[in-house]
Amino acid sequence: MDFGFSEEQDLLRAEVRRLLDARCPLAQVRVLVESEAGYSAELWAELAELGWLGLTIPEQYGGAGLGWVDFVVLLEETGRSLFPSPLISTTLAAAAIQDAGSEEQKARWLPSLADGSRIGTLALLEASDVLTASGIALLGKPDGDAYVLSGAKSFVADAGAANLFVVAFRTGGGAEDLALAVVDGGAAGVSAKSFRTLDPTKRTGTLTLANTRVPKSALLHGADGDGATGRAWPAIARLLDRGAIATTGEIIGAAEAALALTVQYAKDRIQFGHPIGRYQGVKHPLAEMYVDIESTKSLLYYAAWALDESPGEVPRAASLAKAYASDAFARIGIDGVQLHGAVGYTAEYDIQLYLKRSKWARPTFGDSDFHYERVASLGGL
Amino acid sequence: MDFKLSPSEEAFRDEVRAFLDENLPEGTNKNDFSFLAEWNRKVRAKRWVGFSWPKEVGGGGGSIIEQVVLKEEMSKRHAPPLGTCFMGLAWVGPSIVQYGTDAQKQRFIPDILDGKYQWCTGYSEPGVGSDLAALQCKGVREGDVYVVNGQKIWTSIAMWSKWMILLVRTDFETASKHDGITCLLVEMATPGIEVRPITNMSGSAMFAEVFFNDVRVPVENRLGAEGQGWQVTVSALASERSSIAEVTAMFRKLEELRELAQRSRRNGVPASKDARVRRQLAVFEAKIEAMRLNGLRYLTRQLKGQPLSSETSVNKLHRAELEVEMGDFALELLGSASQYLRGADDAVDGGRWGTGALNWPEVVIGGGTPNIQKNIIAERILQLPKD
Repeated sequence: MDFGFSEEQDLLRAEVRRLLDARCPLAQVRVLVESEAGYSAELWAELAELGWLGLTIPEQYGGAGLGWVDFVVLLEETGRSLFPSPLISTTLAAAAIQDAGSEEQKARWLPSLADGSRIGTLALLEASDVLTASGIALLGKPDGDAYVLSGAKSFVADAGAANLFVVAFRTGGGAEDLALAVVDGGAAGVSAKSFRTLDPTKRTGTLTLANTRVPKSALLHGADGDGATGRAWPAIARLLDRGAIATTGEIIGAAEAALALTVQYAKDRIQFGHPIGRYQGVKHPLAEMYVDIESTKSLLYYAAWALDESPGEVPRAASLAKAYASDAFARIGIDGVQLHGAVGYTAEYDIQLYLKRSKWARPTFGDSDFHYERVASLGGL
Repeated sequence: MDFKLSPSEEAFRDEVRAFLDENLPEGTNKNDFSFLAEWNRKVRAKRWVGFSWPKEVGGGGGSIIEQVVLKEEMSKRHAPPLGTCFMGLAWVGPSIVQYGTDAQKQRFIPDILDGKYQWCTGYSEPGVGSDLAALQCKGVREGDVYVVNGQKIWTSIAMWSKWMILLVRTDFETASKHDGITCLLVEMATPGIEVRPITNMSGSAMFAEVFFNDVRVPVENRLGAEGQGWQVTVSALASERSSIAEVTAMFRKLEELRELAQRSRRNGVPASKDARVRRQLAVFEAKIEAMRLNGLRYLTRQLKGQPLSSETSVNKLHRAELEVEMGDFALELLGSASQYLRGADDAVDGGRWGTGALNWPEVVIGGGTPNIQKNIIAERILQLPKD
């Protein structure tokens, strides 16, 4: 019985923290997000060298071969620093190929994702913004040994930076006639663009496909399914779980940073002759933040552990974690700014950056309404 | 991370389950007097009463993990308690084991394990609730006795208890208010003690005021040194901190609520189809699961020998919120029927949900109010200045 991190995981955390403190403090983040790309290609290459881009990719494909608990350790630290990069997107694209790809497909794509030469992302959602099988409407028309896709995928994280897209599309009219395919950013008819979002450290956008031919050799047939084309929903659902878990990993680090900033402010700011942190009107919301962060950690670590060790428990565990985290972080963002008073509203102070992250993170891979409803359904209601 | 138990811990779980299969079969009437007498004899023989206490004082010498396993299995089957001397087992006994003289151990520990009589706890006073260390009940040493004068309040089961663990102030001059407190073990039949029951809002009288008028307590019944009373009551015996028993009970309550939602109707449809009801039930599930997993993380720290400071206040806050909200949610599900008590025409389940929704203060206020828990987290963990 051991619900804690290993020494190796503690070391990984310290190493990530050292790098981000040295190379990408918030002042640097503020500079990066103004750039065209929105992230640093130089740091991206460094992350690749350190083995963090392929952290969860098996060693035989150029990765570090670690698990999702390790990945969560990494994400807590990138979240704490609001580190802008397509790290989550690329890891999720790799996970799609690991979960549902053939040996040949893994050998073809994973090494380039691990070494940073390719940037991957998931293109699952469409403009309807529905996170279920019925939300996928893009229809692939069979044409010889390929499907032809015309249409758009929406809310694609890091769309502008990516050159490998894992695209969900429909192969027929049945509820779960779905496929998952790897689409090369350079293929004919593929165009992608990112927008700046409410959170300046995150870019999200649209993938447009115009008569793009997706060869059947690029279809991920699904390790969960029977290998038949058009039965990709279990693999897609698993990606949604992975996405929810990854998003929550960054939420924890960001929420802890917001709490630390606000606690420090409450110790320093003097009003009515005392640090405001002495007053219970300030103390209690800070204690509530701590309770929520501790609880989010427990829920998330268990979900990440289940991804590697107990797959049957993942849907409920991932949904509990993301649901709880979405609401908690939203409150932490608002309370953090409010407890800072007027300076919290200024562009100069950092707390507002965390409020913005909370707004970005809430709908990403499902908000609390979506995930609590899923928990209710899974529980037989 | 690894949630597996060792083979010997799994074997212990099997032993507990087998015991329950044999001694608590489905359909057992758990209120039956002869069943309970037999149950108490058997769990005592197993040394599962005082399971975490050292073997040399008659306890079970159970490991931290075995305690968790035992509590979880007992709680899952809704088994009767392990032992009947509730406060004796919860804190009086552990304090005596740690601070008592050999004579005190021999005199009190076997009786606590056997459940011969009840203990009550004389901590709170009329002017002293959350700020317990400010207590004023006075103990003055006169030769071989302490003469006690003052009042205690909110003393649970004082009227049915044979002994009390009592905190008195023996020194009013100390720099820190914590240092002037002494712990005494007091027989309730001692002349000068008067017990007046207090009726609570659900109509029952479980606690009382206790008045002390020149009550003479032999010095041999002092627990620990004079002025050491505060430390004595904060016992450091290694009992597990996973909140597993509470969590299992909360999950059972959630199950009852889900079942109630399925047979209640809102706006003409089953309440379990209502989006807000579904969401609320899932929110409860998330908080209880968070408690379970928080508990396992704290347990891990305990196992690794890392000190736990005030982290357990996190689960106390969750539990307080859940007790209030879940009790109240049941009434919402019942609609107008929630107003009825036992005996009314349309009362649901004999009106038990109504009284159930009034019982939360025992848990929520009894163990330190939520506001105090938040102060503890803010001051001890976040290091904010003291108020």
